[in-house]
Amino acid sequence: MDINHLVRMANDIGAYFAGYPNHDEAVEGIANHLRNFWEARMRSDIIEYVADGGDDLKPLVREAVLTMSGKPVDTSEEVGEG
Amino acid sequence: MRSRTDSDFATPRRQSAASVTLVIDGRTVTVPEGTSVIRAAAEAGIHIPKLCATDSLEPFGSCRLCLVEIEGQRGYPASCTTPVRDGMRIRTENPALARLRRGVMELYISDHPLDCLTCPANGNCELQDMAGAVGLRMVRYRDGGANHIHAATDASNPYFSFDPSKCIVCSRCVRACEEIQGTFALTIDGRGFDSVISPGQKGLFSASECVSCGACVQACPTSTLMEKSVIELGQSEHSVVTTCGYCGVGCSFRAEMKGDFVSRMVPNPNGQANHGHSCVKGRFAWGYASHADRITHPMIRKSIDQPWREVSWSEAIDYTASEFKRIQREHGRGAIGAITSSRCTNEETFLVQKLVRAAFGNNNVDTCARVCHSPTGYGLKTAFGTSATTQDFDSVMDADVIMVIGANVTEGHPVFAAQMKRRLRQGAKLIVIDPRATEIVRMPHVQADYHLQLRPGTNVALVNAIAHVVVTEGLCDEEFVAARCDIGEFERWKQFVAEDRNSPESAEKISGVAAEKIRAAARLYAGGRNSAIYYGLGVTEHSQGSTMVLGIANLAMATGNLGRSGVGVNPLRGQNNVQGSCDMGSFPHEFSGYRHISDPVVRASFDAAWKVQVDPEPGLRIPNMFDAAIDGSFKGLYVQGEDVAQSEPNGKHVAAALGAMECIVVQDLFLNETAKYAHVFLPGSSFLEKNGTFTNSERRISMVRKVMAPIAGKEDWEITCELATALGYPMKYSHPSQIMDEIALLTPTFSGVSYPTIERLGSVQWPCNERAPSGTPVMHIGEFVRGKGKFTITEYVPTEERTNSQFPLILTTGRVLTQYNVGTQTRRTLNETMHAEDRLEIHPADAELRGIRDGDWVSVVARRGETRLRALITERVQPGVVYTTFHHPESRTNDLMSEHSDWATNCPEFKVTAVQVAPSAESLHARSAAAGG
Repeated sequence: MDINHLVRMANDIGAYFAGYPNHDEAVEGIANHLRNFWEARMRSDIIEYVADGGDDLKPLVREAVLTMSGKPVDTSEEVGEG
Repeated sequence: MRSRTDSDFATPRRQSAASVTLVIDGRTVTVPEGTSVIRAAAEAGIHIPKLCATDSLEPFGSCRLCLVEIEGQRGYPASCTTPVRDGMRIRTENPALARLRRGVMELYISDHPLDCLTCPANGNCELQDMAGAVGLRMVRYRDGGANHIHAATDASNPYFSFDPSKCIVCSRCVRACEEIQGTFALTIDGRGFDSVISPGQKGLFSASECVSCGACVQACPTSTLMEKSVIELGQSEHSVVTTCGYCGVGCSFRAEMKGDFVSRMVPNPNGQANHGHSCVKGRFAWGYASHADRITHPMIRKSIDQPWREVSWSEAIDYTASEFKRIQREHGRGAIGAITSSRCTNEETFLVQKLVRAAFGNNNVDTCARVCHSPTGYGLKTAFGTSATTQDFDSVMDADVIMVIGANVTEGHPVFAAQMKRRLRQGAKLIVIDPRATEIVRMPHVQADYHLQLRPGTNVALVNAIAHVVVTEGLCDEEFVAARCDIGEFERWKQFVAEDRNSPESAEKISGVAAEKIRAAARLYAGGRNSAIYYGLGVTEHSQGSTMVLGIANLAMATGNLGRSGVGVNPLRGQNNVQGSCDMGSFPHEFSGYRHISDPVVRASFDAAWKVQVDPEPGLRIPNMFDAAIDGSFKGLYVQGEDVAQSEPNGKHVAAALGAMECIVVQDLFLNETAKYAHVFLPGSSFLEKNGTFTNSERRISMVRKVMAPIAGKEDWEITCELATALGYPMKYSHPSQIMDEIALLTPTFSGVSYPTIERLGSVQWPCNERAPSGTPVMHIGEFVRGKGKFTITEYVPTEERTNSQFPLILTTGRVLTQYNVGTQTRRTLNETMHAEDRLEIHPADAELRGIRDGDWVSVVARRGETRLRALITERVQPGVVYTTFHHPESRTNDLMSEHSDWATNCPEFKVTAVQVAPSAESLHARSAAAGG
């Protein structure tokens, strides 16, 4: 997948959660969103990108992606598109 | 005229807790207080003659046929305008009444052609019926004297004709246009003998304000206003009730048939979504189903530069299956996917997502809601626990304040808009939030109290500012919030929204809407007894679409406007079954009923029922499918009833993606833009050719009934079954009702839904289960689906799509009444004569600056592409904003759109594109030539 596109989408998600006053909640929100909605290839590409530095990702997003490696999808909170 | 099989009780039903008992012709009758005498008689089986009265319109009392004798009362009052009273004693017949009625009819017939046997209304004419009912035997006033028998017919409307020679000036058409449709296009011109029905100022129908809804045709008791199809074909011999295949209102229609040919579509007076009303599309524009362009045989080609080859069904299905299997062998299980159709039935959509999950073995399934209301799904699921409207349509009649955000209701949901206008004419207040002055801002007898004409892309700043007023001026419904919402999240949100950066003064700088206007609108919304929000794609098709939906939900919760009739958060879903396709699990991460695929308990139920192991990982959304195709990892696509090459943004990117795939299968009615890239074409079936159900914007599940055999031989669900079977996953259903039974078994919100239930109730709104066996018109009564309502932080983040000196204008898009989405259906009907091209609306100031005149061809250039359109100079748009529609493929509107999308759902940001507009070279050349230069 085009990593630039993935970076842009991830940063857009980060821009939303950046409005959360609680930092940990924001990081968790981004990570959960990626796990819940991003296909496996997309998640592995962004994880790999961060592993290579992830320079174009916003710090909050980079932090969220770092928490993702190896964690299963979280269904404890009912989030969804529909 | 209405269907012969539909009863007419003369005046509308009245609702009242009190009842009245009277005696009519010796029979004791009890009816609700407020009922007219004529209706009370009709309900008792006594049919008093009438002509100007019909139960879809308020009584008028002009024809003088319905006179009755009331004991103790002088004279013979009209029974349509006389309400019942306790103890009334009525006689509907006596010699004097009979003489009066014969006299009235004699006068009517004296000025009426006596051509019954060749009249298109023969056999279904109320004038004919009344002449028989009153015993008319002679007409003394026909020889000599003035008459209207030779008045000229107006055939200017493509669908119906107006023959004033047959008109009895009962005013039903005028009243229908006023009371039902709310357009006020018709009037009575002149007085007495000279009275004639006039569309506008004595002009033709086509030149008037008429929107061709057909309400006047429906109301007309003679053949004065008559469908051209009935004039040509004659009266129908049977009819079938079904549901419209156009928009999300989901109107119920009676398809009137001559054999297996539709002669006309008549709105079903018992339709629970439309209550007997219709719009031009559903009423008249159904001819596309039998258009000559319909593809009737499957076709395949090895590559897209080869011509199509007609093949048998089995060859097409086998070829598709072999290609999909090959692709998966060579590129992995995730290399193929499907897009479901929001025009196909619930059952068909359910099968496509089942095909993907069970036969493809992945979750690469998505639906066109991706490009329209996916933010609604995300936002309302997050805030309330379920991603659909909170109300039914009828709820609007209890609203005191109506806020319409980013929705052109009169053009996108016209039949519901007619109902909304009725409520507005009764006195409800209106706030419109839209960059453009949509029709409802000001139209006959409707005017918005506030039109917040914001800059496109600034929705969230504005909704936060409204919430700021609510919070800082003490307008919250603290009791509701304390009882129904998460208090901790509410307090956090209150603190956030009260900050200065969310004030109306800050929002004014961002949105261009004056702070005091924002405050006034906020106070109106929050101060109403019942305030309701209706919204459309002007909310969702933004990079902050989901944030805006969350903002709307926050506002409704903070003001206690949820959980009863008259309030709510009402997304106006666009397509006939986009709600249904979402309900059915057409998402890469959700099963039917909006449950995440990773949930082991839910997944186990599907594993058991389908005897597979469903992949627990989310699949690809439509835009991700395109990215993966360009990347080389996504090679096969089954597209049912969607034209992604035209409806998706960034057309060049989509074309490149489609061109990169190895097997695209298009299942549709016509060869569309996407079919240009397809390797297999499977001819689909229209809504007239199949059985199933649609779910409209108010969660109403209605029957779709087959009225004619599928032209290509198969209903869409049958094709999907054959494909699944060829892929090694047999799907054996003999009728769509069995598919619905499976849906009910697997989906808790549908557990009470079945075809017998829908037949018994007429339609049913989910959730329909043990707790709500007759369905759920209003949701979240007492408790939200998720328990406590969730307030979320909605920080305004400006879109990345910025104007600059090179692209100084913002282009936003929308729809017109007469065309439907990308026009695949409506362009193949006479509606094409009503909107033959997409035009660019531009403000006079912007046009003058650029030397653009009305009608000039202009180039519209964006960062990603350009197109040319003809200019339409109007003050409906504000300076700095231009607007167009996307109904014609040659406009290539969506090619201009950016890659920006909603952060949560990737819903494309169709509503904000930076452009420059200039006279095109051909305009300049033409002008120069005209000037002799």
